Amino acid sequence: MPDIKITPLGAGQDVGRSCILLTMGGKNIMLDCGMHMGYNDERRFPDFSYISQEGPLTSYIDCVIISHFHLDHCGALPYMSEMVGYSGPIYMTHPTKAIAPILLEDMRKVSVEKKGDQNFFTSQMIKDCMKKVIAVTLHQSLMVDNEIEIKAYYAGHVLGAAMFWIRVGAQSVVYTGDYNMTPDRHLGAAWIDKCRPDLLISESTYATTIRDSKRCRERDFLKKVHECMDRGGKVLIPVFALGRAQELCILLETYWERMNLKAPVYFALGLTEKANNYYKMFITWTNQKIRKTFVQRNMFDFKHIKPFDRSYIDNPGPMVVFATPGMLHAGLSLQIFKKWAPNENNMVIMPGFCVQGTVGHKILNGAKRVEFENKQIVEVKMSVEYMSFSAHADAKGIMQLIQHCEPRNVMLVHGEAEKMEFLKQKILQEFSINCYNPANGETCVISTPVKIPIDVSLPLLKSEARKFSALPPDPKRRRTLHGVLVMKENNVCLMDVDDACKEAGINRHIIRFSSTVHLNDTGPALATAHKLHGFIKENLPQWPVVFAEGEISIESVLVKVEGDEDEQKNVYVSWTNQDEDLGSYILNLLNRMGQ
Amino acid sequence: MKLYCLSNDPNKPCHILTFKEITLMLDCGLSMQSVLNFLPLSFVASSKLSNLPNWMPNDVSDSDLEGELKENGDRIFVDSPPEFCPPLNKLIDFAQVDVILISNYLCMMALPFITEGTGFQGRVYATEPTLQIGRLLLEELVNYIDQCPKASFAAQWKNLIHKLPYPLSDSFKPKSWKQLYNMNDVNASLSRIQMVGYNEKIDVYGALKVMPSSSGFCLGSSNWIITSDHEKIVYLSGSSTLTTHPRPMDHHSLKNADVLIMTDLTQTPISNPDSMLGVLCVVVGLTLRGGGNVLIPCYPTGVVYDLFECLSVKMQDLGVSNCPMFFVSPVADTSLAYSNILAEWLSSVKQNKVYVTEEPFPHGLLVKNNKLKHFKHVYSDGFSTDFQEPCVVFCGHPSLRFGDVVRFIELWGNNPRNCIVFTEPDFDYTEALAPYQPLQMKVAHCAIDTSLNFTQANKLIRDLKPNTLVVPECYTQPPVSAPNLTDYVIENNHDRTLIPYKWGEVINLPLKRKHSQIFIETGVAQKIVPVEVKPGISLSSITGTLSIKDNVHSIQDLSSSVNKASKHVKYEWGSLNVTDFLQKLSQEGISEPKVESHGNVVVIHLQEEDALIQLEDNSTHVVCTGDETLRTKLRSIVMQCLKKF
Repeated sequence: MPDIKITPLGAGQDVGRSCILLTMGGKNIMLDCGMHMGYNDERRFPDFSYISQEGPLTSYIDCVIISHFHLDHCGALPYMSEMVGYSGPIYMTHPTKAIAPILLEDMRKVSVEKKGDQNFFTSQMIKDCMKKVIAVTLHQSLMVDNEIEIKAYYAGHVLGAAMFWIRVGAQSVVYTGDYNMTPDRHLGAAWIDKCRPDLLISESTYATTIRDSKRCRERDFLKKVHECMDRGGKVLIPVFALGRAQELCILLETYWERMNLKAPVYFALGLTEKANNYYKMFITWTNQKIRKTFVQRNMFDFKHIKPFDRSYIDNPGPMVVFATPGMLHAGLSLQIFKKWAPNENNMVIMPGFCVQGTVGHKILNGAKRVEFENKQIVEVKMSVEYMSFSAHADAKGIMQLIQHCEPRNVMLVHGEAEKMEFLKQKILQEFSINCYNPANGETCVISTPVKIPIDVSLPLLKSEARKFSALPPDPKRRRTLHGVLVMKENNVCLMDVDDACKEAGINRHIIRFSSTVHLNDTGPALATAHKLHGFIKENLPQWPVVFAEGEISIESVLVKVEGDEDEQKNVYVSWTNQDEDLGSYILNLLNRMGQ
Repeated sequence: MKLYCLSNDPNKPCHILTFKEITLMLDCGLSMQSVLNFLPLSFVASSKLSNLPNWMPNDVSDSDLEGELKENGDRIFVDSPPEFCPPLNKLIDFAQVDVILISNYLCMMALPFITEGTGFQGRVYATEPTLQIGRLLLEELVNYIDQCPKASFAAQWKNLIHKLPYPLSDSFKPKSWKQLYNMNDVNASLSRIQMVGYNEKIDVYGALKVMPSSSGFCLGSSNWIITSDHEKIVYLSGSSTLTTHPRPMDHHSLKNADVLIMTDLTQTPISNPDSMLGVLCVVVGLTLRGGGNVLIPCYPTGVVYDLFECLSVKMQDLGVSNCPMFFVSPVADTSLAYSNILAEWLSSVKQNKVYVTEEPFPHGLLVKNNKLKHFKHVYSDGFSTDFQEPCVVFCGHPSLRFGDVVRFIELWGNNPRNCIVFTEPDFDYTEALAPYQPLQMKVAHCAIDTSLNFTQANKLIRDLKPNTLVVPECYTQPPVSAPNLTDYVIENNHDRTLIPYKWGEVINLPLKRKHSQIFIETGVAQKIVPVEVKPGISLSSITGTLSIKDNVHSIQDLSSSVNKASKHVKYEWGSLNVTDFLQKLSQEGISEPKVESHGNVVVIHLQEEDALIQLEDNSTHVVCTGDETLRTKLRSIVMQCLKKF
């Protein structure tokens, strides 16, 4: 049986630097090419030396597919394509193609200019890398080469996030990237049809969580922000420029409008304004409601939310500030955090997942003092809130997706090992399908059943259908097809035996057997024949027994009665070699009668 | 496979294709030529139009006909809400249609006639822009008719067609004409559409796959590729090889079709769109500089986007950039907004703008800078305060029978400094203007039709290499307007069959299916034993359980529980060597057979055993008594002497 091989270089029992190698039908495909936010050393990128010790990867990888623009899914792309070396095709959706280079450039600046990282990719490399990108639209079926076909489905995680269905020959895999099964304020829910892949590779960030209703979480969030405003505190919301930020903006914008709040809401400039523009132009990727109303009022034109300036950090009075990046690992959000953390009136709301090693992760785990590289120590007195707004599917959502696409096997990635183990058991119980969760660098081999498509001659199918419909209807009856596979040069075709012989230019040899049985039965021959007919029918209830002109025929078996009245009858039984079993069975029946 | 032609206008096509027991409708265009026979609808009581004299045929004194017909110059018009000529419904019951495929937003105006109140239960597929922009066109049309209700409906004139003057007497099937649908029908009809993307393969009951591919004609326009396992049918409608704002045409997927159905070629075969655009710019410049206004009757989408872009630049060059452009349509705002969010459906030049957060079309900017102003109607709030002459007005409807254009002709028609410029190719401009004559305003005709002309179509056909080409009959003859231009036809060529069709015909398409597809599953595949019967040719018999699910055939391994009917069967071939056979007989202890030969028939008589074996080139007949031991022995000997697969 043919195999599908999967090796995660990242995201295997881990979150961050998603990068999964997929091999099927002799083709190698890289799914995502992300970086790890928690590391500053070589561990931040996937270990590409696994693919090739030295030299470019082009000859080893047939294509790269990027699921969405988050850096843990595309952050290593310029490194891989320009520094390690890859010149093959890279696929992503239009919004991802538009937004990814901006985030990459932003990250590059933080890493190189602020942290002084060496051996990092340059702006030019990002541009060169993006030139290799082929943009895809949803549901378009795209042939990468003659054998690899890919198709994108809506994933609802961020603008332009997609799940990819990949087919090579008869084998197929669905890679979900990150997805969300519940529609939110700006995006729709992930959707996939019943494509029945051999393998579903699903993220499992929230493998053990069943989240309460969205509405409760939103109310909770708004209440906390409002309370903080009332006591004159400042709220810091570290976000990534695109994604949750827009959803929370819509949420605050409508709340401020409704409650007539006066405290300023700021959004860190630059990236974000541009980001909102992308949302306006790719409005077809947002949810139904926003799409319907955008002509009258574009949801991304915010009235209450103003651009932020660094000098506002020390402004007195309450305010809400959205600042990047989302895990408090660098940049403006960290700068503001350092200023505001020592005041207990202030609050920081972490609206998403934080990878290990980041400040965000530390304070979420209750750290009251955070030490920085330059020995600076910050006391954390502000309240720290965690609100899961990141748009990942929860356990229920993952189960739903499995139900929707009916895979033969499931693989969990992009999650923590223990949580995966729990979900794995659940999947096994509920769907009784195999579930895998390989660690990074561990190869998983999944064998798939063969289903070979071949040509079949229409007359063969039609003659079977005629025969089948001639029989009395019986829902339990199996349909049997006899045919001959003709393999000629590269053509393989199934046809009926006579056509096959003609096609091959050979003569079929027909072997026929005729035997005579003597029966003692008085009366006319026809009466005997009638009796035999009844007898045979009784013994062969499943068979089409035909009686015509004194002869009984069952498939190619012929039974004929001869002899005058009051005499011994000669019963001739004749059949071709293909019906040997049936012929000899009937002969035996008659022999037993004659005794 | 059969093709039914339900529309008499090749530019508003409607076909039915039946194949593999599936009934597909290809496009549902609505021919609007009929509306030219009606008086324009004006929402302010127009003195001129309402004062036209009644007209009666000479020898008719039917009082019912009184007031139905009006005369202007030498033309007769029906004074009634305009009627439309929907696709022919006599050949097929629309309830039987399984799937409707729509090529572009101009070819779906009859959709509510087909899907509503007909028992239609099938699916409708169209791209996202086709649905969104098609909705605008349908809403606009309904809105135009609804805002000018008429007190009475004329019907009697249809009984007296033979007594009416040309061109009314030549009307195509006036009794089948219908009043327009309403907004409920439009909404119900559009809600049936399932949005698809280019190159999305859609399964139709397992029997067929249909796939839209970019046709380069307008936003979201597509050609459809209909395939089964072995057959490929391409339906080509509204395509363009020119570079304008839509995504370019995808040629590759159209190649090597068994049948290519080609329709909706250019309506202006003689003129070239680029030079027409040039003329338009000159006319606009001259008129504005002369202090006149320009009226451009148009649809609210399509080429009009290019006109905004092109004219705004030209007007700058010509020093008339202070003259505003007005875009008046009930759907103007939505049309402008939608065109800028459909980046994925645009040419790569426009698409690349989105990557640097610029809007693909400049009209957003033109609106911001007050160069382009849009209003729902001339009576909408703010129009009268913003209105400033001289100016350029874009508004509908191109037939000049309804919409705000009627008001503008009444307003500007008597001033020779003004100019009306016809850019849409759907209507003959002299016909369109007939009820307003005499007019003082200038008339310019610059029809811009970017769809394929005959040279481009013939070149495309040579590229695509279809086996059979199916085109409307009118494309096989020179255009009626220019009968000596014999180049303006679809070429006939020996490499392919050319089949013309016309309205109301049902034609058989020569596509014989010989093969289908079947899936061989693991268990069956493992039992395949290829026997090489000749160099390069191998045979293997296959027996399995046939399963048919959603029209997909597969063979599974015979499970053990099945009755005796299902056993693996092998077949013998070649001829039997007599000497060899006799030798094997004696080895098995059967001696002294009597061998006789008659021609190529050899009869071996086993006297002792009372059995007869008759050998021929391609057959062996073993005749014996009921003695099974003997027969089984003989059988195994025969089988040893033969090859099998």
